[in-house]
Amino acid sequence: MTKSPRILEVRANVLKDNDVLARSLRERFAQTGSLVLNLVSSPGSGKTTLLRQTLLELSPRYRVAALVGDLATDNDARRLAESGAPVRQIETKTLCHLEARMIEEHLQDWDLRQIDLLFIENVGNLVCPSSWDLGEDLRVALFSTTEGEDKPLKYPTLINTADIALITKIDLAEAVEFDREAMYRNLREMRPGIEILEVSGKRGTGMAAWLERLERALQTKRSQR
Amino acid sequence: MHELSIATNIVAVAQEEAAARGVEVEAVYLRLGALAGVVVDSLLFGYEVASQGTPLEGSRLLIEEVPLTIYCPNCQAEFELAGIQSLRCPKCQELSSDIRRGKELEIVALELKEQP
Ligand SMILES: [Zn+2]
Repeated sequence: MTKSPRILEVRANVLKDNDVLARSLRERFAQTGSLVLNLVSSPGSGKTTLLRQTLLELSPRYRVAALVGDLATDNDARRLAESGAPVRQIETKTLCHLEARMIEEHLQDWDLRQIDLLFIENVGNLVCPSSWDLGEDLRVALFSTTEGEDKPLKYPTLINTADIALITKIDLAEAVEFDREAMYRNLREMRPGIEILEVSGKRGTGMAAWLERLERALQTKRSQR
Repeated sequence: MHELSIATNIVAVAQEEAAARGVEVEAVYLRLGALAGVVVDSLLFGYEVASQGTPLEGSRLLIEEVPLTIYCPNCQAEFELAGIQSLRCPKCQELSSDIRRGKELEIVALELKEQP
């Protein structure tokens, strides 16, 4: 006679430790009024160029800082540090995404009261970062015109967690015959109502609208304090 | 491959639940949403690696895949979607962002080892 297996019902979110940590980070950011952005993209999307430009243009008026997730090299962090903003690299080694505990560790000796906007540049990867909440206010997914307009269809999980889609390298749109309508349609199929902005970090196109969007988010956050 | 990270979390959480109840685990039942962004084969492989050297070594991971389900305000009904690349209602073709199921990543049960 075989006994039936003993099944014990439990209910546990697999990522609960990360989520608890993310929540406590979010509370800290709320207390200090720091606006936190999680930038997610594939490698080569122009993220570092855009972020460098963003830091440069915001720094005369705001206190900005960046955490840069990278597998091993600190090339991106060094390029960003040229902007004069405090930049710290998070070396993830084999990990393809950032987790809340890494953010917490790397912010330990930072005085968040001295930071208005904190940019987290996630590891170049459109799959893995989507599951991990970092306590951010806004998750920004970057797609470049050169990657093609069907890219969002390949990464529905990420699109679905993003607040803003930033179409980068817009200066190359014509040269690569970028189909704007198809791109917007594909983004909205998976995230109806997603906010879409077009920018070129290199030429400055659309930067004013992007910066204005960030300032608006910062003001909203401060008014809620 | 973030599946290894997720597998590590599964092992840790399952072990925590088991230890709290003083039981030993034969299998872990996981509910996995289509929109959780997890590849099943990679996760199974990751589980084997992550459980090695832990009390869960040799246990099985049993995955129940949950399809993406939306609520369409137009039709006032829930619909299971065939894919995950569009949130369009299969009946009236309206887009709906009201996701009811498909993001799950949770342990729902533990199968316990038989006591000798
Ligand atoms: Zn409908």
